[in-house]
Amino acid sequence: MTMLENKGPAAIPSPREITTEPRFSDKLFRAIVTTGGLSSLVILGLIAVFLGYQGFEILAKEGISFITTSEWTVEVDSFGTITNTTFGLAAMLVGTILCAFIAVLIAVPVSVAAAIFLSFYAPASLKRVLVSIIDLMAAFPSILFGFWGLFVLMPSAEYWAKLINRYLGFIPIFEVDPPIFTRSPFIAGVVLAIMIIPIVTSISREVFSQTPLDRIQAAYALGATRWNVIRTVALPYARGGIVGGSMLGLGRAMGETVAVYTVLNIVYQINWQVLFGAGGNVASLILLKFGEAQPYEIKALMAAGLVLFLLTLFVNFIADQIVAKSGSKGR
Amino acid sequence: MSFQSKNENKEKAMATPSSLASVAANARKPGTNTLGTNALGIGLEARSVHAWFGKHHALANVSLDFPAGTVTALIGPSGCGKSTFIRTLNRMHEFIPGAAMAGEVLLDGKDIYEPGTDVTKIRLKIGMVFQKPNPFPSMTIGENVLSGLKLAQLKNANKDDLMEECLVRAGLWNEVKDRLNAHGGSLSGGQQQRLCIARALAVNPQVLLMDEPCSALDPGSTLRIEETIKELSETMTIVIVTHNMQQAARVSDFTAFFLADGGPGEMIETAATSQIFSQPRDQRTENYVTGRFG
Repeated sequence: MTMLENKGPAAIPSPREITTEPRFSDKLFRAIVTTGGLSSLVILGLIAVFLGYQGFEILAKEGISFITTSEWTVEVDSFGTITNTTFGLAAMLVGTILCAFIAVLIAVPVSVAAAIFLSFYAPASLKRVLVSIIDLMAAFPSILFGFWGLFVLMPSAEYWAKLINRYLGFIPIFEVDPPIFTRSPFIAGVVLAIMIIPIVTSISREVFSQTPLDRIQAAYALGATRWNVIRTVALPYARGGIVGGSMLGLGRAMGETVAVYTVLNIVYQINWQVLFGAGGNVASLILLKFGEAQPYEIKALMAAGLVLFLLTLFVNFIADQIVAKSGSKGR
Repeated sequence: MSFQSKNENKEKAMATPSSLASVAANARKPGTNTLGTNALGIGLEARSVHAWFGKHHALANVSLDFPAGTVTALIGPSGCGKSTFIRTLNRMHEFIPGAAMAGEVLLDGKDIYEPGTDVTKIRLKIGMVFQKPNPFPSMTIGENVLSGLKLAQLKNANKDDLMEECLVRAGLWNEVKDRLNAHGGSLSGGQQQRLCIARALAVNPQVLLMDEPCSALDPGSTLRIEETIKELSETMTIVIVTHNMQQAARVSDFTAFFLADGGPGEMIETAATSQIFSQPRDQRTENYVTGRFG
């Protein structure tokens, strides 16, 4: 004790700076993965700059009416000189959101059910076959989905649309006036749903397969039925992943071009009536117009691309927020 | 086991009195439960149980009775099949792909593997506590306790009373009564394990299986859980797998020694716990309980 008293209060040192010198191999590896990690950012940035540069003239001229009006006309005189132009994307933006939303609404329940079946019910042999079929479906060219949607799905979907209209027609979005039921956002949405089911299914299956075994066993040991184990343990755990997968699907549905172009009747008029045969989306507009566009209209299409790009970015940002909020709770 | 070898072992055991034997001698005697055997049923009986994982024969011919209201400890070195055996007792074994079993497990005289049995009802009657505490992290402490009711879709009129009762019996009430709405993951490991015990109690099982419930816990938490086990054995039949022989000696009425000697795991010997630790009949049991291997 006396010795301690003689020393007096010990001086508190300031914290040391702790550093490490990584080896060359570590630095090299770090450089390689950093390049990979930043490449997506660089590519995305370059695309945005390109679209912005090309579309700036149109955006400056049209201003806010570019996204609030629905007319898209290019008037030329007999010499082929442009005399007047109006570019408005509103109908296409509404169509983009509407079709994508319908697609997600249909695809997510189907995909989650499929993922639950594959993870918890399917016998191993069937599971292997189904998983490879679903992966194949994800790689299927979208034009074929479009053709199939147009020629095979349309007649049935038209019938469903009429049924929905008959019994739920009092809800404004299910009104159809005049009675044109083909080539509607609903049918485009169904085709898009089929296209995004593989991606949502495989992501959901992946998160279901990571459900901690000890929690599943704990639930079974408490006398739970399989359905109750899924409901109480697997679904809360997988919720964040399912939301994330759905948002990837939503992104794909918003950007889908050819299938929508094939199925949908593209009309420059805002249409909220999902069963009515009129609509469009930004990507299919670009495809429709690109072939015959003159340099000036191409600029307008670039501007449309930029708007779609920003819309997708915004939706993904919202999705990330949702995942961040709901992801941790069940884990 | 011949009588001759039994006597040999007896002499050896006498010659090397173990401290475990004295612990076991002071342990609770069977049949002291207050409710009587009627409320407890007649217990659990394993009849010639074998278990396989794929082609691997993990457990051979185990027959063991668990009289109602007793605590039975299953001891033995790692890989001797005791965990496999306990998992056959409430049909958790079959979750492992390729797992198979033979023999019978009788609860109140009725085979739980009989075709047409509702396995969820079996697991309600035969609860289980696992090696690693596994509360449901998406649920609060209170919800965790009552999760069995939700999972098995049972009705209970007074959930608050049940929650309190289960937490009291699991020895956790005083520590969590002010934060029942906190998440289960916010508790320490020992508290989480007692929460898991409370959760198992809420569905009112006749039998509670515990697979090394203290192996991940500190000595203080272990002590609390051992006290809990002693209290619970008044009202239910308990089977506990443990690597800790002092624990087996402290909490159990009967002990079964398992060993896998090259082949499948077998039950070498079972007897009253005091006897296993003082006068084991089999040389291998004695070697194990006196710490010569394992």
